[in-house]
Amino acid sequence: MTRPFVFEKPLGMRDTLPVLYDLKTSIREKIQRVTEGWGYRFMNTPTLEYYETVGEASAILDQQLFKLLDQRGNTLVLRPDMTAPIARVAASSLKNEPFPLRLAYDSNVFRAQEDEGGKPAEFEQIGVELIGDRTTSADAEVIALMAAVLEEAGLEDFQIAIGHVGFIQELFLSIVGNEERAAVLRRYLYEKNYVGYRQHVREMPLSTIDQKRLMALLTLRGDGSKLEEAIELLPNKAGERVLNELRTLLHTLEAYGVADQVKFDFTLVSHMSYYTGVVFEGYANNLGVPLSNGGRYDELLERFDRPAQATGFGIRLDHLAEALGVTDNERLPNAIIFSPERREEAIQQASERRAGGEKVVVQELSGVTNLDAYSERFEDVTYLIGKNGKGM
Amino acid sequence: MLTMAMPKGRIFEEAVELLRNAGYQLPPEFDDSRKLIIDIEEENLRFILAKPMDVPTYVEHGVADVGIAGKDVMLEEERNVYEVLDLKISGCYLAVAGLSDGPIKGVAPKIATKYPNVASNYFRQQGEQVEIIKLNGSIELAPLIGLADRIVDIVSTGRTLTENGLMETAFIEPITSRFIVNPVSYRTKDAIIDDMVERLSAVVEGESVDENR
Repeated sequence: MTRPFVFEKPLGMRDTLPVLYDLKTSIREKIQRVTEGWGYRFMNTPTLEYYETVGEASAILDQQLFKLLDQRGNTLVLRPDMTAPIARVAASSLKNEPFPLRLAYDSNVFRAQEDEGGKPAEFEQIGVELIGDRTTSADAEVIALMAAVLEEAGLEDFQIAIGHVGFIQELFLSIVGNEERAAVLRRYLYEKNYVGYRQHVREMPLSTIDQKRLMALLTLRGDGSKLEEAIELLPNKAGERVLNELRTLLHTLEAYGVADQVKFDFTLVSHMSYYTGVVFEGYANNLGVPLSNGGRYDELLERFDRPAQATGFGIRLDHLAEALGVTDNERLPNAIIFSPERREEAIQQASERRAGGEKVVVQELSGVTNLDAYSERFEDVTYLIGKNGKGM
Repeated sequence: MLTMAMPKGRIFEEAVELLRNAGYQLPPEFDDSRKLIIDIEEENLRFILAKPMDVPTYVEHGVADVGIAGKDVMLEEERNVYEVLDLKISGCYLAVAGLSDGPIKGVAPKIATKYPNVASNYFRQQGEQVEIIKLNGSIELAPLIGLADRIVDIVSTGRTLTENGLMETAFIEPITSRFIVNPVSYRTKDAIIDDMVERLSAVVEGESVDENR
């Protein structure tokens, strides 16, 4: 590569300018307030983790990890998500705390560079993890909290799609018989290639009924009535169990008052592995990518030697900010522009006004090159110039 | 309002015919308009006319909710969109061609193509070491003047190949146009999209669709 220009940043890295910073801060404060209100405790983990532990446990594809070596030759990764690090903490530093644990985070995560715009390599994610609780109440709680958080952030129009990885898995296994063939079908869903899925189903040596069941999976999207259709596809104990779980989930979400924003979509598969039960994604109507996603991951904690069932969600703050729209209503500070003979007075006045909660800039006149352009950057400017307040 | 990205050129006419057969009332001037954005108020549809290779990009970023794109483009671009329906129009296939079908000489034969990703994946699967040269059109020229040993391109009738003295050396995969959908629109505009998919698939499967539905 040619030498970068002095103002260039590595691919996919972004500056956050004051206007966006303000917007993000205000969103962040609202989300934190709500999340803490539900009893979740915020925490932080290191930016770097071992590849062999957190890197491999995370749901992110290997080629999307930023990898580097430490001085001893260990491979490190810039954390690609927060769920795996928090699972590590829950299983180690917090291992004496009784389950369920309610933890929250607000951290930057990293994905290896992509050439194209709109796919940053570093972005802020806010989320929660509810660890050690296998109940459907826990699934409903994180979904309802996600809805509450999005609403508090000011998002008026959003939807949540709920799927169930366990249902898909049971359906596939009951029809194709083994994990290997089920994985092929799952991959088509994961790649969003329904044409390929249908073609593959048609080519498999299956009964017409089983082919129809597999095809019908693709149309299992909509409101609660789809749950009754789903049971027809999987009329066995496992199907009954999953459907009871989802019925309870829907009732619980009704109790939370968020059922209107929710739809079921049995085709939803967020990641290749990692999730084991209920999965969900949040969408804003004016945004082409999901805002947030989450789900149940009952096997991740085992990797850190403290088996536990868990669920959680993560919201992409950059996507949320985009959905809310960067409004240019940054509240400008006020200014006191002074000449040297009234410096003490300016400092004194500023300090009094700041104590009252005002934002006040103190600026010596001779330090300003273009007074007109400069004073436009402030809501209000007080001039303390010349002797005894006689003005300019 | 649903925004649909349409590929300009070869596929366009067939795609418009398909939409009309599915009961969408598209005005006659639709076919030869030079506009890049066409609103059809009666159908609550907005069409954007894009280069075929760019259709999945518009759909992935969500500025178009749905689109019509060739499978060749889908394979090349690998965009994060739903491939919902095989429209079975603009059928052709991806193939390797060259001056003769004998073995390729040299340590790393050169392959000229508009589809570097597809070509590189194909030869990797074959375990062959090749060098890919990206061209933007008239790919057949490359072997004729010695830029490349083979080309990877779409073939519909094979006439262009024959007229230039080239022969097909390997079949890669069949190509048709696909109905693609943005992952968020697929969930937030599900009713209108499912309706469109149903109507289109009825036409594709050869059933007649009531114009008044």
